[in-house]
Amino acid sequence: MNKNMKILIVDDFSTMRRIIKNLLRDLGFTNTQEADDGNTALPMLQSGNFDFLVTDWNMPGMTGIDLLRAVRADPNLVKLPVLMVTAESKREQIIEAAQAGVNGYVVKPFTAVTLEEKISKIFERVGS
Amino acid sequence: MDSGERLALARELVQQLESGNEAEVTRIASMLSEGVESKLFMEVGRLTRELHEAINEFLLDPRITELARVEIPDASERLSYVISMTEKSANTTLSAVEAGLPLADDLGCQARAISVQWERFCNRELSVDDFRELSRELGGFLELTATRSKQLHGHLTDVLMAQDFQDLTGQIIRQVITLVHDVEDKLVQLVRISGSKLPEKQKDAKKLEGPVIPGIDQGDTVNGQDDVDDLLSSLGF
Repeated sequence: MNKNMKILIVDDFSTMRRIIKNLLRDLGFTNTQEADDGNTALPMLQSGNFDFLVTDWNMPGMTGIDLLRAVRADPNLVKLPVLMVTAESKREQIIEAAQAGVNGYVVKPFTAVTLEEKISKIFERVGS
Repeated sequence: MDSGERLALARELVQQLESGNEAEVTRIASMLSEGVESKLFMEVGRLTRELHEAINEFLLDPRITELARVEIPDASERLSYVISMTEKSANTTLSAVEAGLPLADDLGCQARAISVQWERFCNRELSVDDFRELSRELGGFLELTATRSKQLHGHLTDVLMAQDFQDLTGQIIRQVITLVHDVEDKLVQLVRISGSKLPEKQKDAKKLEGPVIPGIDQGDTVNGQDDVDDLLSSLGF
């Protein structure tokens, strides 16, 4: 796994972005940027050569699921690995995210171990 | 009109019907129904008055105006304050942790560097000059440890102090819970006055529910990360 990959963290709560950023740094990923909802994130993704997207679901403006759909609908971003980190835990929502093309799904509250596990799993699969 | 009188009138009515005396039939029939009708009117009147009084009483209840004008806007303010307090605390804690982690890393890094030399010393592989260098490094490391531990102590104290929000937000949220109960009571009263049945609550499947809260039905939710993983793997993930 390339530890220098460029990661975009999208969450409307700055504290959650800081937590994820710190956890990622602990895992060796230091090249991170932040956005507070899908509307801010999408143009960044479209122009920024990101390698990985970590997004919340419930955000004002554009939600994470809409961002995921927009990413999958963009020919340049269609293969971008996306990890959803969210408090939404209804079965049908998880299925909805899976159908929209999410690569991993972590429910809040989560642990550093879970985050690491899901990230390595995603890149194992992407790499293979 | 007692039952004897009514019975007499009824017999009279039958007689008049049999003899085909229409005018008498109408007169007796209206005499018979008069009592019943006036009772019905009286009952409707009483109910109307009661309803009117209940609504007036409800509208005049100073609690309602107070709830709507002062307490609900107040509650919004209070809850916003809870958000800002918890946010502030999270930020203070995160800052302290972000400042503390490099200090701990620094100590670990230096300790590892020295331990390499230390091992060589234990194996009697160090020259006198190397040993002098090692002692100097050790002296510096001990000084650094004292400084860093003091700094770490400071940051940990910041983390400790940042937890004071729990007490304050707890009190505020408890006040708001009391208010919500009050409003609930008033609404139940209102529903009782209007006499309508409460429609079954419809769950909006598309609505985002947020975190799972124990004791609240939020539909078909998963029970932690393991459930999510099971669900996803059942979908071929």
